[in-house]
Amino acid sequence: MNLRIEAVAIDSLMVRLFDRIDEANMPWILAASQHLSSAFGADLVDLVPSYTTVMVQFRQSPTAARGLIIEALQNLQPDAGAAGRRHEIAVWYDPSVGPELPLLAARSGLSKAEVVRLHSEREYPVFALGFAPGFGFMGLVDERLATPRLSTPRKRVAAGSVGIAERQTAAYPAVSPGGWNLIGRTPVRLFDREREGYSLLQPGDRVCFVAVDHAEFISLGGDDSPLEGQA
Amino acid sequence: MSLLIEASTPLCQLQDGGRFGVRHLGVTQGGALDWVALHWANWLLDNALQAPVVEIPLGGFSVLAQRDCCLALAGADLDARIDGQPLKPWRSLHLRAGQRLSFTQPLAGARTYLAALGGFQAEAVLGSCATVVREQLGGLDGQGSALIKGQLLVCAEGLPAEREVPAQSRPVYAAKPALDLVMGAQLGQFSGTSLFEAFNRDWTLDSRADRMGMRLLGPQLVYQGEPMISEGIPLGAVQVPPDGQPIVLLNDRQTIGGYPRLGALTPLALAQLAQCLPGGQVRFRAVLQEFAWQEQQAYLQRWS
Repeated sequence: MNLRIEAVAIDSLMVRLFDRIDEANMPWILAASQHLSSAFGADLVDLVPSYTTVMVQFRQSPTAARGLIIEALQNLQPDAGAAGRRHEIAVWYDPSVGPELPLLAARSGLSKAEVVRLHSEREYPVFALGFAPGFGFMGLVDERLATPRLSTPRKRVAAGSVGIAERQTAAYPAVSPGGWNLIGRTPVRLFDREREGYSLLQPGDRVCFVAVDHAEFISLGGDDSPLEGQA
Repeated sequence: MSLLIEASTPLCQLQDGGRFGVRHLGVTQGGALDWVALHWANWLLDNALQAPVVEIPLGGFSVLAQRDCCLALAGADLDARIDGQPLKPWRSLHLRAGQRLSFTQPLAGARTYLAALGGFQAEAVLGSCATVVREQLGGLDGQGSALIKGQLLVCAEGLPAEREVPAQSRPVYAAKPALDLVMGAQLGQFSGTSLFEAFNRDWTLDSRADRMGMRLLGPQLVYQGEPMISEGIPLGAVQVPPDGQPIVLLNDRQTIGGYPRLGALTPLALAQLAQCLPGGQVRFRAVLQEFAWQEQQAYLQRWS
């Protein structure tokens, strides 16, 4: 780890911890976020962790904030106790809600069942939330599943759609445009303004996808209407 | 007390100081693009400076008072009229029951802010009333909808004396504003020619502009560094996609992104930019972070 602190805006500094994406970064990013959060306290406006960085927005002067960051991150260790929560997310893997499932199978030479197995057997860290409220960028999927984004993004992707882009995977919390390869759908509500903390996923959490059949998907509250059909 | 909306556009929205403490969840900031005008509109009514107001870009907005209301206007001159009588911004006013206040066309600036006594009433969603259409958050309905004809805007009762923003405190909307830009970490990885051009050429505002960002047209800027991994995007970040034409990221920007950045505009520069129309020109002026911060603190003194 090679810590750098960079000016990014009048009231924000970028804390750069790593130079490449790696699952092993996440315990460090999470520990850094927690140290920074307690060091800044009420002077913290926002903290945005991502793959290799934590952006800090603060109320005090940039010089004071820089000093506080250096102090907060002295002797930083990936704290096992700081590990995020583990979620099991049910997914109905089916071409009717995951139209790229056959494409992924064809590209990799695997059966659809094997694609499902490869996607659901790993535990993925949540690298960052972005794109939309509650949209967690997770990875890395098995190299055989890596698939570039659609050349033309869809105008509407159904809420709960589970997709793959390159070696990352994610689920769309709400109906939105999107260019990821869709392989299934989850009945889980990923963003809920009534929930404590709003987003099911938080940066640094870990996620396992669990394959369910259509009946279970529906019994869990899933909406199996076609891609463009959701209200 | 209430106002009936008789005309609106998808750009006329309830806004406030924005949504904070939720950026790590992928939730954007929202809030008035011209925070200086937001502050003055609320100051005129002794409201909290971040209280909910109506952001009116360009015009096309009209309200009818159901009862006597105390309102305030700050920001662009959008040829506002009360029952046809012209009304200049930077003042509070009493709109009597049955009177109509309308905004028709930009005469100076681009966005005006309509405030009401106590702030327009709406339920805060994730701590703010700011309307973000894309995220379905905020606004009168809490679902991120812009204001529409037929809706009622509700405010507090009372008719405190009308007042004006002191003339010397009113922002001047310059024809070609110099926008202060806090220099960012990737600045040194643009070509030398690009660095010269970034700060010495005029930049033209493209018509491709919304609350997420404003695109600027000018010489092509060339980034020579490594591709970036997505990271947090601050308000005002000036990112440069591969086409070399910078985009200033605004209140409804995405929370993380991977394009290199020249840096970020200061809040005062963003307030100036918010009053520029497509086709207008701006310049960038490099400033150091600490200096810009001190200047901002001094500016905020006028409301304390």
